[in-house]
Formats: sequence, C-alpha cells, structure tokens
Amino acid sequence: MIQARMRRHFAAGAESAAFDLDVEFEAREGVTVMFGASGAGKTLTLDCLAGFARPDSGRILLDDRLLYDGDAGVCLRPQERGCGYVFQNYALFPHMTLRENLVFAAERLPRLERHRRVNEMLERFRIAEFAGRYPHEVSGGQKQRGSIARALIVQPRLLLLDEPARGLDAPLREDLYDLLRDLRQEFRVPTLLVTHDIEAAFAVGDEMLVYHDGRIAQRGKPRAVLNQPVSEAVARLFGYDTFLEAEVLKLNPAEDRSTLRLLSGEFQGPYYPGSLIGDHLTLCVHPDELRVVDDGGANRCAGVVTGTVERPGGVRLRLMMPGSAGVTVDVPRAQSQTAAERKELWVEFPPAALHTLRK
Amino acid sequence: MRQHSPNQSGRAPKRLLARCVTDSRQVGDNELPNMALNWFPLWLSLRVAGIATAISLATGIFLAYVLANRSFRGRDVLDAVVTLPLTLPPTVLGYYLLVAIGQRSPVGQMYKWLFHSQLVFTWQAAVVASTVHGIPLLVRTARAALLSVDHNLERAARTLGASEWRLFWRITLPLTRRSIVAATVLAFARSLGDFGTTLMIAGDIPGRTQTASIAIFDAVESGDGMTARALVLVISAVTIGIVWLANRMETTVRG
Repeated sequence: MIQARMRRHFAAGAESAAFDLDVEFEAREGVTVMFGASGAGKTLTLDCLAGFARPDSGRILLDDRLLYDGDAGVCLRPQERGCGYVFQNYALFPHMTLRENLVFAAERLPRLERHRRVNEMLERFRIAEFAGRYPHEVSGGQKQRGSIARALIVQPRLLLLDEPARGLDAPLREDLYDLLRDLRQEFRVPTLLVTHDIEAAFAVGDEMLVYHDGRIAQRGKPRAVLNQPVSEAVARLFGYDTFLEAEVLKLNPAEDRSTLRLLSGEFQGPYYPGSLIGDHLTLCVHPDELRVVDDGGANRCAGVVTGTVERPGGVRLRLMMPGSAGVTVDVPRAQSQTAAERKELWVEFPPAALHTLRK
Repeated sequence: MRQHSPNQSGRAPKRLLARCVTDSRQVGDNELPNMALNWFPLWLSLRVAGIATAISLATGIFLAYVLANRSFRGRDVLDAVVTLPLTLPPTVLGYYLLVAIGQRSPVGQMYKWLFHSQLVFTWQAAVVASTVHGIPLLVRTARAALLSVDHNLERAARTLGASEWRLFWRITLPLTRRSIVAATVLAFARSLGDFGTTLMIAGDIPGRTQTASIAIFDAVESGDGMTARALVLVISAVTIGIVWLANRMETTVRG
C-alpha cells in the first residue's frame, strides 16, 4: 500500500504560470487511476513517488518503508524505492534487444534464476518470439508489453504507468486494458495509472483520483465519480456539457423522486439527499443520456438547433432552450438523419439523467 | 607561426647543434640501412598521437560527465578553460604550457621527482601538447552527446536498481558511442597534425622529439623534397585511412 502526502511549489517563470501541487492519497492493491487534464500534476506526482522529483514537503510511505519525509530529511534515491515505472515512450534501451532489456533489469538475481525469470516474463507478455529484436524493430504494442515486463521483473512494490495508452491504436488499447486487468490478479502490485483518457479510466480503474489544477478534486469508484461529479470542472472532464440551474419544488424520498423548476417548466428528478425545498441546484447532464423525441410531454422541452457536430456514433446537436439555456444532445446514428434536418426538436430529460454537482 | 619556429628552436641552442650533427650523420633508430628516408618522425607521431588520444579520451569523457551532470561553483570557469586550447593560438598555448610544465614549475618538479628527468623537450612533452589539444574536442562532443541521451532511459535504469556507475557504462556510454568515436578520430588526427605547440614545449630534436609535422617543415626548409613528399603522402594516407575506418565503424555498430 502506498500512502503519500506531498506539496511542491513552482514559482511563475518567464513562460509558465505559478503551479502548486498539493495532494494526499493512498492506494492499495489494484489499479488506481489518476485522471485529469494535461498539466494538472499527475505525472509530477508519479515523478515524486519514483524519486525523480523531490517534493517541498510531505511524506511518502510504501508498505512499511519511508521513501520520503520532508521533516526528517529522508529522500531515497530511485534505485532504492522499489517502484516500477512504465514511461510514456516506453524507454526501452535502444541498443539492447528485448531480452537484453529484461536481463539488464534482472541482473541482481542469481544467474539461473535470472534466466528462468526472463524467459517466464517473455512468455507471459507474449514477446518471446521477438526477444532477439531491438526495440525499433518491434511494434508499439510489443514495446509496450516489453516495458511492462521489464518493470515487473524486478518485483516492484508499486507500479507506475504514465499514459500507457497514448499513441496506441484503438485495438491495441483494448489489449493493454486486458493485460492490465490480468496483471491485477497475477502480480498483486498496487498500480497507479496516469491518464487523461476516460476509456482507460473506466476500463481498468478500481479507484479513481480526479486531478484538477494540482489538487485531487474528487476520489472514489469511477462510476460513483461519474454519477456525481463534485464541480463543473470535474464534470467537464467526464464529458458533461450541459449545466442547468434548477429549483427544488417538491421532494419525495420514499419514491426517490423530486419535482424541479427547470427550463421554465416543471420536471421530475431523482431524490437529492441533503437538499431542501426551495434550494437552488446546479444540474449537469451528459449528452448521451438525453433523447430526441417526436412531441412534447412530461420531462420534455423544445429547443432550437444552433449547431451540429458529426461524430462516429451519430450527431451531436447544440440546442437553445427556454431561459437561454444551452443543451447538448447526442443523437444516435439511426435517428441522426431526421434530427439533423429539423430546426426545432423535442428533447426528453429522463429523471436519472439529472445529476447534481455534489456540494 | 612558421616564422617563429626557428626562433623557438633557437631557445635551445645545444639541441639545435645536436640536430645538425645528427642530420649530417643521417642516423636513424630503426629504419632499413639501405633507405635514405628517416621514418622515425612518423613512428614518433603515431606513438604520441596514440597515447595522447587515449589520455584525452579518458579525461575528456570524465570532464564531459562532470560538466553534464554535476552543478558546482566554477563549472562555467572549468568549461571555459577546457575549451580554451581550441581558440588560443598554438604558440600562445605552447608558451603557457612551457611555463606550466617547465623545470621550475610544480608540475615539472613533480615529474622530475617521479621520473628523474625533465618533462620539457622530451617526447612526453609532445604527448602533453597533443593531449591538451585533444581534450576540448572530446569534452565538447561527449558532453553534447551525454546530454542528448533520452532522460527517461536513465530514469528507467534507475528504477530498475542500476547504480549510477552501471547506468553510465551500460546505457549512457553505449548510446553516445558513435559521437565519441567520431570525436576520438578527430582528436587523433588533430594530434598527428600538431605543430606549433609541440615545437614550443617538445622542441625539434631529430630522433627524439621531431614529430612528422615538424620533420616535414624541416625537410621543406632544407630542400629535402624526397623526405617531405614521403612523409606528406604517408600522413595523408594514414589520416584518410583512419577517417574511413571510423566511418565504417559508425555504420556497422548501429544497434
């Protein structure tokens, strides 16, 4: 288990604004995803854990070993930390074959043991066939597996992955997610994975730390975070595009229902624990949870189309609704032809689609 | 520079005399008796260049590593001093070296205490001159090469538990091998061709400190066209050969 608390301050430079990293978290066995926009401090956190960067203050404890303690002046070198690191560009040694890369990592093991381990890992990561090739002679996916194998052969106590899916094609990304899910069972090493790809976060994440501007804005299971983002900034990371002001008119906890004043009309929503009648809420709505319908009715509202964006799964429409509220709707491919031709549309807001920002 | 050299030789009148004597007798150490050509300067040049290049290589890589990886006070000064031999006129550098390793200097006295002979006006002094010329070539190239190695490779090696020493020998150095080979070849060639500085601190003693470059100058001056042509051709061939070999190595070591 890794427990970390760290702060690091960067003064404003000629070309950069000041930046503060101030995070505290712990991660157990399984994959913890660090999710957030570029420049939020995710990679810096990894670098501090691995010992490439030094925090200004804080404390990092890996299992029972102190890696860093600002007050006590402890700061172990990367060699002594037992953290495996998988780099964005894989960082395989270009002048060594895949096998030599693994042998280099395993050099501390006795010879016979080393030979056995290397072969075992080459087999496990399906690169035995390419073991004699140099990194520039193998594919991106093989390099990726090689670099994970190299990191794991030394049996680290913590595995750090920096944007491992970046630069891979979609099918290779799926392979990688499968691999990471399997490793979770096999190696039982706590894994921290940095990504700004929401697919990766959901595909492999047991837990999630949402980074925003040098802080952890929210943490929890990916699904739980998705259902109730803590702020507009976090919600936008998850693809929420519509933010609406609503007033609570009625609450019915027994049936998990509430009535809201929204878009100059009355809407049914889910029960919002902790809110009172008369409260003003900010609702966030994901474009793929709304439906375009043919006519008006309960929880429906008409809007004028102000823009269309073609997407692989259909069309994304931007609508203007009463109260000059902008609403974004994803229309599936089957419906997109008819929807795109119309100027005015009815949109249904299912109660479950009306998420609140957690206050 | 050439105008100065006879004056420089004149600084050691006894040796000049010795040279005239040996010249007239045409005594060589190791050439075939029926050949009029004296090959000693060539062997001396190759030996001096070889030793000087080896010393420059070791020192140059060490200095490059220090300059690239450590930050300390006076790093800029060290950097400038190391580069100086490239920019100073050879005679000026020679003068400084003469002062630095002369009989009365600490280095000269240390040398005398260790080897019971003086350093200036020996072939070892020619090695010093060539080394001082070779080091900046190696430092500049090696430092640029060391800094160009992908930082993540070094980081990766560290997370895998490699010591800085192992990291340097197994990762950083092999990755910079090509640049360093190229710089070593340049240093060797530079050392073969050194004239001014060598003349200043090693003198021009045939059979002892007369390197090929100096012998060519002497031969031309004394109208010995045959010796001059022979040495020029051999030096050219050797230099071309080395450059060809280095280029070949660069293309075959590609990993």
